[in-house]
Amino acid sequence: MATIASDLSDRIIEILGMVPDPEIPAVSLVDLGIVRGVEHDNCGAVRVLLTPTYTGCPATLVIERSVRAALDRAGLSDVAIQSRLSPPWTTDWITEEGREKLQAYGIAPPERGDGKGMLKSEVPAICPQCGSVQTQEVSRFGSTPCKALWRCLDCREPFDRFKCI
Amino acid sequence: MDKALSQKHVEAVTALGDDALILGQRLGEWCGHAPTLELDLSLANLGLDLIGQAQFFLGYAGELGGQGHDADALAYRRDVYSFRNCLLVEQPNGDFGQTIARQFLFSTWQKLLFEEMVSLSDPRLTAIAEKAVKEIGYHARFAADWVVRLGDGTAESRQRMIAGLAWCWRFVDELFDPADADLVAARLVVNPAILREVWNEKVQSVLDDAGLDRPAAGRGITGGRRGRHSEHLGHLLSEMQFLQRAYPGASW
Repeated sequence: MATIASDLSDRIIEILGMVPDPEIPAVSLVDLGIVRGVEHDNCGAVRVLLTPTYTGCPATLVIERSVRAALDRAGLSDVAIQSRLSPPWTTDWITEEGREKLQAYGIAPPERGDGKGMLKSEVPAICPQCGSVQTQEVSRFGSTPCKALWRCLDCREPFDRFKCI
Repeated sequence: MDKALSQKHVEAVTALGDDALILGQRLGEWCGHAPTLELDLSLANLGLDLIGQAQFFLGYAGELGGQGHDADALAYRRDVYSFRNCLLVEQPNGDFGQTIARQFLFSTWQKLLFEEMVSLSDPRLTAIAEKAVKEIGYHARFAADWVVRLGDGTAESRQRMIAGLAWCWRFVDELFDPADADLVAARLVVNPAILREVWNEKVQSVLDDAGLDRPAAGRGITGGRRGRHSEHLGHLLSEMQFLQRAYPGASW
């Protein structure tokens, strides 16, 4: 029984690993660290736990819908989706693979380390286009709640940087 | 929990949601009108975070209330007197200086409040606070940076920052009105009165950086937490609630 449950959990994670984030399609929901796990209760009910990135992130609803659709397509209509706030999402949960994909997509990955205390001493982002560290924050709020707007002083390209929270 | 206490609990959760909802709506009014594109995005982002908070708090207040109200019902189908937000958040945007003053005073307070909320006995409230406080850190920092930039900027920007702070200052006392003693004893709310001293220090240090004087203490205006609002809230609601009032139950 335990093996069946863990096989199913693995399968679900594999399926969600193919569901892209609606706003940053280069990374999957698993890369982003918002799939918090799969829970099995004693009666055999299965739940996928999701957590929002930002409190007001408008993608949250779309994410739930795409997870539902992906599970349904895989014949897993019985698997429920539950949103869980605690513990709160942190950018440290973005996987190593996710960080690489962000970089390749043109988004500088966030600083590591909990957001606390990072607000004052922001380390310059590495330009995802040319790799320069001569970069400058243009605005702490960018195209989505999770990103800040930066520019590279060497190649002059503007770019998004994942905010550290 | 006895009935009187649970009623007060619902009101307290509603107040948290209403603060966020009303300020979120005010910030949304800037959309397309901010001084620069980056600021337009920033203010909309702040508003979005606040509306996210409002959804969580009002959704929870609806569940606690047991009348079958969801967050939307509470946001769109209550009248002025049922709102429990503080007066500061409903104040008009004015110019950019006044908006920044309001944000600075509020976010500095909200950050302190939410940091304390993680020790409450209600796990739903602690989960929301723990999540939101990380975002509020950005709001407080954004607003403080602009207080300094405007206060220490040109003669014109300095004048506007002074005027904005002067306008908002009379609504500050209300933020620190002592909470209900039973709720505090049950650890269902943080007593905001305990935050005043730290808040004063934080605000003072930013004002010092900006080279601004603290506005003169005057008689504070209160009443929002009891449903006694300024005329501005009615106008705000008439716009925010228009669609659901005119076309009840309309959805995307």
